[in-house]
Amino acid sequence: MKWFDYAAPASLDETVKLLAQHPGALLLAGGTDLLVQLRAGKKQTDLVVDVKHIPELNALHHDPAKGLTLGAAVPCYRIYGDGAVQSAFPALAEVAGIIGGTQIQGRASIGGNLCNAAPSADSIPLLIALGAVCRVAGPSGTREVAVEDFCTAPGRNVLGPGELLVSIQLPPGPARSGARYLRFIPRNEMDIAVAGAGVSVVLEDGVFRSARIALAAVAPTPLFVREAGEALAGQPVTPEAISAAAEIARGAARPITDMRGTADYRRHLCSVLTRRALETAVQRAREAR
Amino acid sequence: MEFLCEPRQSLLECLRDVIGLTGTKEGCNDGNCGACTVLMDGRIVNSCLVLGVEAQGAQITTVEGIARGNQLHPVQQAFLQNAALQCGFCTPGFIVAAKALLDQEPAPSEERIRLWLANNLCRCTGYDKIVRAVEQAAQELREVKA
Amino acid sequence: MSTAEMTVVGTRPIRHDGADKVTGRALYGADVQMAGLLHGAVLRSPHAHARILRIDTSKAEALEGVLAVVTGADFPDSPERLVDLGEGDTPLSYIRGNVLARGKTLYKGHAVAAVAATSAHVAEDALDLIEVDYEVLPCVLTAPEAMREDAPILHEDLVTKEFGEKTGRVSNVAEHFRYSMGDLEKGFAEADVIVEREFHTATVHQGYIEPQNATALWNNDGRVLIWCSTQGAFTVRDTVACMLDLPVSQVRVTPMEIGGGFGGKIPVYLEPVAALLSRKSGRPVKLVMSRREVFEGTGPTPGSYIKVKMGARRDGRITAAQGYLAYEAGAYPGAMVGPGAMCIFAAYDLANVVIDGFDVVVNKPSTAAYRAPGATNAAFAAESVVDELAEKLGLDPLELRLRNAAKEGTRRADGPKYRRIGCVEVIQAMRNHPHYKAPLPGPNRGRGVAIGFWFNVGLPSSCSLSVNADGTVNLVEGSTDIGGTRTSVAMQAAEVLGIPAESVRPTVVDTDSVGYTAVTGGSRVTFATGWAAYEAAQDVLRQMKERAAKLWETDAAAVEVSRGVFRAGERSMTFQELAARLGETGGPVVGRGAVNPRGVGGSFSGAIADVEVDPETGKVTVLRFTSVQDVGRAIHPAYVEGQMQGGSVQGIGWALNEEYYMSADGAMLNSSLLDYRMPTSLDLPMIDTAIVEVPNPGHPFGVRGVGEANIVPPPAALANAIYRAAGVRMDRLPMNPPAIMEAIWKQRD
Repeated sequence: MKWFDYAAPASLDETVKLLAQHPGALLLAGGTDLLVQLRAGKKQTDLVVDVKHIPELNALHHDPAKGLTLGAAVPCYRIYGDGAVQSAFPALAEVAGIIGGTQIQGRASIGGNLCNAAPSADSIPLLIALGAVCRVAGPSGTREVAVEDFCTAPGRNVLGPGELLVSIQLPPGPARSGARYLRFIPRNEMDIAVAGAGVSVVLEDGVFRSARIALAAVAPTPLFVREAGEALAGQPVTPEAISAAAEIARGAARPITDMRGTADYRRHLCSVLTRRALETAVQRAREAR
Repeated sequence: MEFLCEPRQSLLECLRDVIGLTGTKEGCNDGNCGACTVLMDGRIVNSCLVLGVEAQGAQITTVEGIARGNQLHPVQQAFLQNAALQCGFCTPGFIVAAKALLDQEPAPSEERIRLWLANNLCRCTGYDKIVRAVEQAAQELREVKA
Repeated sequence: MSTAEMTVVGTRPIRHDGADKVTGRALYGADVQMAGLLHGAVLRSPHAHARILRIDTSKAEALEGVLAVVTGADFPDSPERLVDLGEGDTPLSYIRGNVLARGKTLYKGHAVAAVAATSAHVAEDALDLIEVDYEVLPCVLTAPEAMREDAPILHEDLVTKEFGEKTGRVSNVAEHFRYSMGDLEKGFAEADVIVEREFHTATVHQGYIEPQNATALWNNDGRVLIWCSTQGAFTVRDTVACMLDLPVSQVRVTPMEIGGGFGGKIPVYLEPVAALLSRKSGRPVKLVMSRREVFEGTGPTPGSYIKVKMGARRDGRITAAQGYLAYEAGAYPGAMVGPGAMCIFAAYDLANVVIDGFDVVVNKPSTAAYRAPGATNAAFAAESVVDELAEKLGLDPLELRLRNAAKEGTRRADGPKYRRIGCVEVIQAMRNHPHYKAPLPGPNRGRGVAIGFWFNVGLPSSCSLSVNADGTVNLVEGSTDIGGTRTSVAMQAAEVLGIPAESVRPTVVDTDSVGYTAVTGGSRVTFATGWAAYEAAQDVLRQMKERAAKLWETDAAAVEVSRGVFRAGERSMTFQELAARLGETGGPVVGRGAVNPRGVGGSFSGAIADVEVDPETGKVTVLRFTSVQDVGRAIHPAYVEGQMQGGSVQGIGWALNEEYYMSADGAMLNSSLLDYRMPTSLDLPMIDTAIVEVPNPGHPFGVRGVGEANIVPPPAALANAIYRAAGVRMDRLPMNPPAIMEAIWKQRD
């Protein structure tokens, strides 16, 4: 690796000041993407800023009225180990458990997964489906960004100079809601998603009140397929409705062919995964209080 | 313990090249094989993806710290009794990972063991005897507690 | 003697190096530390095929912390000649060329230069300062493409050898050979059913978890001292000496513990480079490969194109078999197509066979052996065709194999006649195994079987045994221990001496300290080094009988020994008691064994696989897997089982997900363990094993060797299972989800 300096600021203010002084600095949370990229020469920096000592980025708390506040640096093992997350956001706990393997989950954070902005990121479609909102801090203060607007291109996000992601806010799930992220990988763990579908549904009297569907690895960024979810609103909860939504999702996908899969295969998977994810989300919604 | 390192040196490099604890191994240097597994504040991590500087103030346990003096830990004993190693290169990573599992879950199922260990690659054994060793160690540890 | 009558062979002692290996104390090559050690790094070609126009290392040499830079020009100036390092005659320029390129680079990852510096990071920085001008040439990546008239030529001096004779034609085909017997045309004419298929297999890597490494010190006395992880310390010694124009006595190789090899750590990559850097810098130099370098700069196994045609009568007798095997050798000739051709139909008693083999160079890393090299590719093809024949004949797949199974006296197309072998026994063991009889209910599920063969090798091994006063014995041998062989070797000595396995202390030593010993490979260590230990133990017993005779004042001929007890008439003494009295009867007792055994016995293996295929994604889940193998005699059953399980899982990975994913311009795009997908613990069920013992009459304990044959059948067994689960016959490896999905779609249309 090329030489870099290291700083570990203890407060958000300190961090914003530091970033203003060092425009090329890169932020370090779990390190499971950044160190690989620095070693491979895909990223370069003179200064690595460790954000794990900033209190706001380590917050993990659930408020029934406000929902879940997930600090950007909270590692996956804390997320799936948290009782409130397990009961209020089981799909999120699940996702935290499929990023890499146990050792990766000991360090990697969902905030980092989001900021890394890989099209194949496993956490982002679910965050989109759950309507998550990102809280960003920077030289001009703090602002909010809907998570579906956060990634702008492969490996690029909406953060401007000197900005950092502080936390992700997940609104409380309405009654009779269920969510699921389902990805396809050739092995059973440790792989990057060939395709993935994150869905969330709200049911009412046997009908979809609303749904949100987003896809991984089939576009330059995680893909929020608004039309697919909107098509379900008002529809009865039937296999036909679910299949129709899955087909819309498939139609929206713009995958490439690469070493993880062909475009055709990925398109096909979109429809399979969306359908299967919706089936599970529906089942969870029915079982939810 | 104190050590001096450059910011760009990983915890793995520090353990092996700076401190001289060579039991933890490098297999891939990008978090995919688990040969560099250590315990950091009670969690298993890939030390190749942790900077040495990030270990400031942390409690680190490597494979060298698993046995108690010259008493092998039940996980280590079980690996030997079950022939759960062939070339032995992945073994330190597995020993640390398995011990961490049994520290928090006394009776893991086969499926749970396999999921927990999925970040540790072994090319020699096909995992069968490793899983059996962990099951045996779990049973012995439960008997000791009982 | 059956295993039941033995006291050590067949038991499961704790391996002698166990405590070191589970505590992290065992020292592998990258763990080497010494005063003044420098760290090296290798610069590798970014092009699959290019001429080197210019290398300028001056800026790298000027970097602070850099003490030496070398290129191919640093090899001694020696005229081209043919050298034989155990693989037949090879041009010296080829052997050196793969270590540091001269003139041309032939694959992406081909080593071009190397530096030694005060830290690994400085060495890496220095690589960026080496300037190389390349003239990029068109590349060729598969055997069929490389065999075309208009293919780019890799070696201007490679003249095709055909049927043993040089043709005078320059091409990418190093050799075309043919094995034949009987009358193929007549055989096919007799057949009621004929199946003819083509297969492709992708390049795969052995996937050992420990990357290659080497530390070298060109000492002030002119000797080159090397510490490395290798399957053959003597091979390293001979190769390095050859490359550096030194007598072998000037090179000493100390084998460190080795983290897997499977054939990939037989060739030499870093040792000569480290030596050259050490000579230039005056310090010891350590080189360790990164995982990416392991994929791009060592020796994967050949990708291949194989055609198989087989015919059979209604009664199930196979009447003719034809094979065409074109294997990618990578950048230099030497693909293991010969062994593939030897094994392709080796499980069958056939009268009419023709096998054509082609050793073809392509712009990929120069291939190396991978556990039964060449045989797995071949079995994937042949065993798929046999399965199809069975289906067309309406015969159970194992029944068809049984009706044609090779036996003692069967002749193979490449010439040899089998002595006592266990092919029938393996097939019967498969048929009788609970797995084969278990129901497999449920949709999208299927069971497949396949069998395979590996001939195993003998080759030289040496051993010495010295008796300690407390009745223990020190065993010194030269076979690096990849899978627990120091213990299986020690157990054979212990059995002869009549002492417990724990009383033998085995050590693997350097090339100065033990007699010549060939590589740890070819499933030979328990067989050949075990035999050397057996001989050494017999030598010890002979000497100790004389000592007992001395003590009892009788003739040595009157002394008998059995199970560690010496007897003459009424008098007896245990090994331990006699050991305490060696000093007074003449001094130390040291036994020796040096063997080059002829009685090699081949090993047959079978695999039974149950799979479930997700018809919407093409993903295969292995539900149940059983490996059956005739090992002759299982010295240490737990480690024998381990070999069968390990080879099976490598075969499963090879079958389902592993491949070199190449770009059109010859770059491996997935050179990391993220995208080169080896099975994890979550991808597999338990691997059941059934050890068959048809003792090898050629070995004192009946050993055949277990390491390799088990990797041969799994891909075919899985292909046959996938057929029954999903209705598609796969003709390509890997059978990954997109490939299976494509096959399912194609079939629906």
